[in-house]
Amino acid sequence: MINFGYKIQADRQVDYDAGNHRIFDFVRKSEPSIDWCMSCGTCASACTASASTEYSLCRLILNARRGMEDEILKSVYRCRFCGKCINACPRGVNTRNIVYLMQLAVTKISKHEI
Amino acid sequence: MLDTSNRTEEIMKSVAIIGGGVAGMEAAARLSKCGHAVTIIERNEQLGGRLNQWHALFPARKPALPLLMSLKQGISDGVNVIINAHITGIEKNEDGFAIMLNKNRVVTANTLLLTTGFDIFEAERKEEYGYGIYDNVITSVDLEQVFRSGKPIQTAGGKTPKRIGFVHCVGSRDEKAGNLHCSKVCCVTAVKQAIEVKEMLPSSEVFLYYMDLRMFGRHFEELYKEAQFKHSIQFIRARLSEAFENPDGSLQIRIEDTLLAKPLKMSLDMLVLMVGIQPPKKAGNILDMLKLERDTDGFVLQEDQYVSPFKTKIPGLYCAGGVTGPKTIEETLTEARAVAAEISEYLGRRRINYAGQEQYVMEL
Ligand code: SF4
Ligand code: SF4
Ligand code: SF4
Repeated sequence: MINFGYKIQADRQVDYDAGNHRIFDFVRKSEPSIDWCMSCGTCASACTASASTEYSLCRLILNARRGMEDEILKSVYRCRFCGKCINACPRGVNTRNIVYLMQLAVTKISKHEI
Repeated sequence: MLDTSNRTEEIMKSVAIIGGGVAGMEAAARLSKCGHAVTIIERNEQLGGRLNQWHALFPARKPALPLLMSLKQGISDGVNVIINAHITGIEKNEDGFAIMLNKNRVVTANTLLLTTGFDIFEAERKEEYGYGIYDNVITSVDLEQVFRSGKPIQTAGGKTPKRIGFVHCVGSRDEKAGNLHCSKVCCVTAVKQAIEVKEMLPSSEVFLYYMDLRMFGRHFEELYKEAQFKHSIQFIRARLSEAFENPDGSLQIRIEDTLLAKPLKMSLDMLVLMVGIQPPKKAGNILDMLKLERDTDGFVLQEDQYVSPFKTKIPGLYCAGGVTGPKTIEETLTEARAVAAEISEYLGRRRINYAGQEQYVMEL
């Protein structure tokens, strides 16, 4: 391909209508505490994975809410399941289980189960 | 000075209250119980003020009607009520105040209490949100009317809305709209109304677009959590710049999802604007007649926010409720009770001696 010296920027916009909310719905079904999340970010600030990578559980939950599956795939496997976030969360969200269920949802999607 | 020479009967002291809303009615009931002659001067045809507009009250979502009834009950015995009153002039004299009304009526009173309340922001002024232009943009006040009517929530086209959005801070915290202040009650009202919508339409999706969630009051945070957990209401931290109408009458909004730091677009069937509380314009001429100073936010300037919040520069003139800033009904009721105690104390000082009884007659 001829290089014209510029590239097309990927669309950063969240298109809520076009989003797929199946990961969020799957998680919520077995872990309703996801609805307690108020996006305070305490989990992310306590998280060892967040310190060294782009990973943030707070944002992961938001991306799931917005139906941004690509964004979830980018970081959902960074979690080490250490559980620090559970202690940190002021709302008692069962954070680690949420990441686990998100990974499970991704597996199920790849198997066309959801 | 001890004065025993004045052997007159105790004369009833009088209070005129301008504004028969929550503050005015509650203060009237208390003052009347203290033995003062109370007159409520109300501009509208009915008492109750803003309470007439509400269906259910936050945070417990108690119906507004019983409170209205109990306030009316409180003034049913002995309080003089003048409705449809238009004040044409107010004079301060030695004895207190003379309030001139339409139909050449005059009310005289030793003290005057202003409980004229606040105004609601006119949503049309935020043209970019489309109120009055797009059929499916309504205000929080309109939505409360729908609840009161008992009718189903429907779009302008008569359909059941699937997605409803609530925009916080409409006309509040917006210097271009002329209001720097936070209206205080609309965050919790939005949460309350969102829950009510979800209860009526369980399969709908409800979104709240907020800058900050100001859940300051007792049980407000519980209501917020209930909205999230029980009703899956979604809170998106954003401030709407503009709403657009699709050809089918639905709406398109674009916001910055500030927690994800990304622009977000979505379609909605209905948009509810959480209109704010602002300084009174309609009652403004009364404030002007009395030459009352306004604070930086446009509400009436209190003599001292802590020491004498109900007093003004004019002796015998008091203010309470929404006229001195956005307040919850709970706070307004508390103020009404407090100002009634203060007015009673003030009038008590002016008491003329019973025959034979020794009493201090204090200087005004
Ligand atoms: S369990 Fe995962 S998300 Fe939670 S602190 Fe540990 S690495 Fe971070
Ligand atoms: S700490 Fe809890 S409430 Fe805060 S963002 Fe994380 S999961 Fe949500
Ligand atoms: S109470 Fe909430 S919605 Fe109302 S002005 Fe304040 S921040 Fe905005």
